[in-house]
Amino acid sequence: MTLSVRIIPCLDVTDGRVVKGINFVDLADAGDPIEMAALYDREGADELTFLDISASSSGRETTLDIVRKCAEEVFIPLTVGGGIRSVADVDQLLRAGADKVSISTAAVQRPDLIAEIADRFGSQVLVLSIDARRANTESGFEVTTHGGRESANIDALDWAQRACALGVGEILLNSMDTDGTRSGYDIGMIRAFRSVTKVPLVASGGAGTLGDFAAALDAGADALLAASVFHFGIHRIGDVKGYLKGAGYSVRESDLS
Amino acid sequence: MIAILDYGSGNLRSAQRAFATTGEEVVVTSDRKVAVEARGLVVPGVGAFQSCMAGLVAIDGDSIIRERLSLQRPTLGICVGMQILFESGTEPSRESAGPTPGVGIWSGSVSRMVAPILPHMGWNTVISNPRSTLFAGIAERSFYFVHSFAATRSVGKFQAWGEYGQKFLAAIEDGPISATQFHPEKSGTAGLRLINNWVSSL
Repeated sequence: MTLSVRIIPCLDVTDGRVVKGINFVDLADAGDPIEMAALYDREGADELTFLDISASSSGRETTLDIVRKCAEEVFIPLTVGGGIRSVADVDQLLRAGADKVSISTAAVQRPDLIAEIADRFGSQVLVLSIDARRANTESGFEVTTHGGRESANIDALDWAQRACALGVGEILLNSMDTDGTRSGYDIGMIRAFRSVTKVPLVASGGAGTLGDFAAALDAGADALLAASVFHFGIHRIGDVKGYLKGAGYSVRESDLS
Repeated sequence: MIAILDYGSGNLRSAQRAFATTGEEVVVTSDRKVAVEARGLVVPGVGAFQSCMAGLVAIDGDSIIRERLSLQRPTLGICVGMQILFESGTEPSRESAGPTPGVGIWSGSVSRMVAPILPHMGWNTVISNPRSTLFAGIAERSFYFVHSFAATRSVGKFQAWGEYGQKFLAAIEDGPISATQFHPEKSGTAGLRLINNWVSSL
């Protein structure tokens, strides 16, 4: 009876399609988010994250439709992030079938949004996504916004602690330095966040080798998010779980049927 | 027909779809008559104990549950929908510091878990009773939990126990009324199997 580590594929969605370098061999249509979600579910994903990067409102409406369809077909937890600015946005996503929402830039701009969402729906629905990078701040890590393009001029560890006090239920920690590099998760960053936060920590950014996943867990991550290594078929989810199980971590056995 | 009680709480759509995989007709309703007369009633729940209880009382849900119990009609509580079946919950809110009264089917209070990292979020296994109906064929499987509060004293006929920092009640079977702290509708094929086990027992 041990809580299993969670392996979470992340799908970037815009205007109804999954983007960011998809290279599946066994899908009829590699960019279809529902088909990909169902495939990852079959392969043993413990949760799914959809990141809506649509710029237009019609794109957002399409994403809502994807969330609806996905929640009807895939019976594992679904987190949706991107563009959430209000309690009403959260309500809409939860009604569409999301189990959790992740917020980032909007919370930096208006931290009270965290308390508003947590008060209404509970902390367990609220994931704070922190896009952090190494910088000359007190802890050595700063927060960035707008997908890592802008510095928020705040210390990342301070922000994590403030956000937890306001009611976030989980932190998704994206390293902007390692994102997309496949050079390994930022271990020092995970350790630093683990030492100051008491909510579950999802590591993101840099997964490359199977050993990278284990290293992030050793540093204190509770869950591991990855995109390109799964989309490109470099690792199957079952391979990661098999490796971690062999290394002594508790993983959920993939569903057989 | 299975009724899913709509009292303003949570993600009812995926619950509806998950129960529909059994082939049963599933409706989401806050109508008293429909909820009382359904073959099975599901009481979901996402959020804080106090706000869920307030939403439940607002649609007379506490009385619906008690009436079903008195008529021996099956009811299944999920997550906070399990917690509110107890006497009280201590989940703090900004409005009040004291415990909130629950429906009171089971004695005891639902209180904050003692664990280094909360919420208890993710897939965990449970120890169920070999004679359990809900866990038939899935005794060794993992289920998806997300909660910071739990009941820890044994109630009901059969219990399933989970462990996270401490031992807690992961599921209860007590005649017509059953409950799970985890989300079967989010627990993959094992969860669908549990749902099917419950529906088959109706």
